[in-house]
Amino acid sequence: MSAVTSPRPFSEPSPLARRLAAVVVVLYAAVAILPLAWIGATAFKSQADAIAYPPKIFFTPTLEGFVDLFTVQTHQSHDFIAKLPPPQTWYEKIARDRDMVIAGPSRVVERFLNSLIIGFGSTILATFLGTLAAYGFSRFRVPLADDLLFFILSTRMMPPIAVAVPIYMMYRWLGLYDTRIGMILLYTAVNVSLAVWLLKGFIDEIPREYEEAALVDGYTRLQAFRKVVLPQAVTGIAATAIFCLIFSWNEYAFNLLLTSSDAQTMPPFIPFIIGEGGQNWPAVAAATTLFLLPIVIFTIALRKHLLRGITFGAVRK
Amino acid sequence: MNGTNATPTLVERMAIRTTAPAARRVRGLSDRSIAWLFILPTMALLLAINIFPLMWAIRLSFTGLMANLPAPARFIGIDNYVDILTDEDVWAAFQATAHFVFWTIALQVLIGLGLALLINQKFRGHSFWTTVILLPMMLSPAVVGNFWTLLFQPQIGPFNYVVSFFTGVAPSSFTMIGSVALAPWTIVLVNTWMWTPYVMLICLAGLRSIPDYIYEAAEVDRASPLRQFWSITLPMVLPFLMLAVLFQAIQSFVMFDMVNLLTSGGPGSTTETVSITLKRAAFEKWETGYASALAVILFVTIFGAANVYVRALNWVKQQ
Repeated sequence: MSAVTSPRPFSEPSPLARRLAAVVVVLYAAVAILPLAWIGATAFKSQADAIAYPPKIFFTPTLEGFVDLFTVQTHQSHDFIAKLPPPQTWYEKIARDRDMVIAGPSRVVERFLNSLIIGFGSTILATFLGTLAAYGFSRFRVPLADDLLFFILSTRMMPPIAVAVPIYMMYRWLGLYDTRIGMILLYTAVNVSLAVWLLKGFIDEIPREYEEAALVDGYTRLQAFRKVVLPQAVTGIAATAIFCLIFSWNEYAFNLLLTSSDAQTMPPFIPFIIGEGGQNWPAVAAATTLFLLPIVIFTIALRKHLLRGITFGAVRK
Repeated sequence: MNGTNATPTLVERMAIRTTAPAARRVRGLSDRSIAWLFILPTMALLLAINIFPLMWAIRLSFTGLMANLPAPARFIGIDNYVDILTDEDVWAAFQATAHFVFWTIALQVLIGLGLALLINQKFRGHSFWTTVILLPMMLSPAVVGNFWTLLFQPQIGPFNYVVSFFTGVAPSSFTMIGSVALAPWTIVLVNTWMWTPYVMLICLAGLRSIPDYIYEAAEVDRASPLRQFWSITLPMVLPFLMLAVLFQAIQSFVMFDMVNLLTSGGPGSTTETVSITLKRAAFEKWETGYASALAVILFVTIFGAANVYVRALNWVKQQ
């Protein structure tokens, strides 16, 4: 991303061409970002505003969507609500204003927790295994290394929907169906291929001389790996970990087919956030916004490594 | 061995040094065992969670098993494969998939390459806008696909109003998701929106890999900008573009998340891509054997494509 801008005395674009390019690119960016902006805006709309006809661009922001997302509410008569003691919290007040009484927390917190546990669990495992394997492939002469690496990458190409059938049967048989540990293992297996390829690229870039010097100084291979190679590879490991985390966080198909409740993560859950009489769009938008926000931040943090990540380390600049 | 040498000479010190690998082997694990120790856990995991299920699927594909029934699997030979290859619905699914793959790739290449060329003009703020454009590709296709259903609602969604604003067509006169004519284009549109940044980013890397002196030489030869584009830019970017196209082709060929949430194959089966057919067979009709056979057909296709992809990766790497 941060290409060195070398002076281009001959084919330097003219100021006019540059300005035109800027206009078109900014226009595209604005159009492309519009759906995301609409999600963010809908999260702060009231239900009536969210399904207004024609759609509303200007509206009074409210936190109704977030309250609906995190709580279970029951509809009560106006008289019943008038008899209740005054609301204790701001979110109870929001509910009461619409003749609703909060009955308890919703299941979304569990789903978010599942997303976090499965996401981080599989990321840590995949990055750990991937670092070891990448070091193995990078530094030692492994028989059939190219074939093994191809095999590792090809597992990533397997469509989840196609492997889901036998994995479903295997998981039922092993008691891993709808368990967090089952999902962690599965996501680790999918991510480890990316981790090996990315990290092999990063470790290949660390000069061998560093380790050789350490070996001469009396370090064992393992000590040299831990104290010389790992600290050098920290950036690469972090970037790889973020890529793994994004995959696990976003994954939908496996989770849809291999869980039913206990290990369900956010993506299969969000479409089923239903309010009274149809989909509660502000609540869906609130969930979507909270779900997408970390990825937006990670994307900005990762922008220098994105290219590497999406090409399995083949394109580096 | 050299314990008696109180004061080793230079030659002896060199000799001690050269035995270092042997000494290392005594002190720690040998390189060979470390290599296997490091690689085996990964291979074991992939064998357990990828290869074992794959083998199982191949076995199941020759049976008439239905996973929701207690009846044991009965061997029926290649019947499932015959059924699939003679099933008109499956061919229709392959056709729907081909339409989807062809058009999203065509649009992604056109828009992605175009954007990359423009961004490569390096106007002020270009890296900020690049990051903004990249966002959709990092997001969950399922979660975003789900939200697009609101955007496409004919009366309450903004999409129809934007179209109406530019074309004058009444916003409630068409439905992007519910109409047989439009739905196949709707999934193309959303997929293009999502993955154009991928093609753009890789093309950008290609453009930046072209050394300036080639253009300088072309300027000296008074080559027109158009000529420069056809003879320098395009050939130099092509390997990168091919890489992006190949990966996107595989990706959209097996696309499931977005389509499942946006149209779930409908209306009717107009947007029923192969992955949706597979999911319906496996998890709705519970025709496990049949679904496994379809999965095996998919594997073989993907495996071939992946093979080409890895060759392309290595080729680009060498450039």
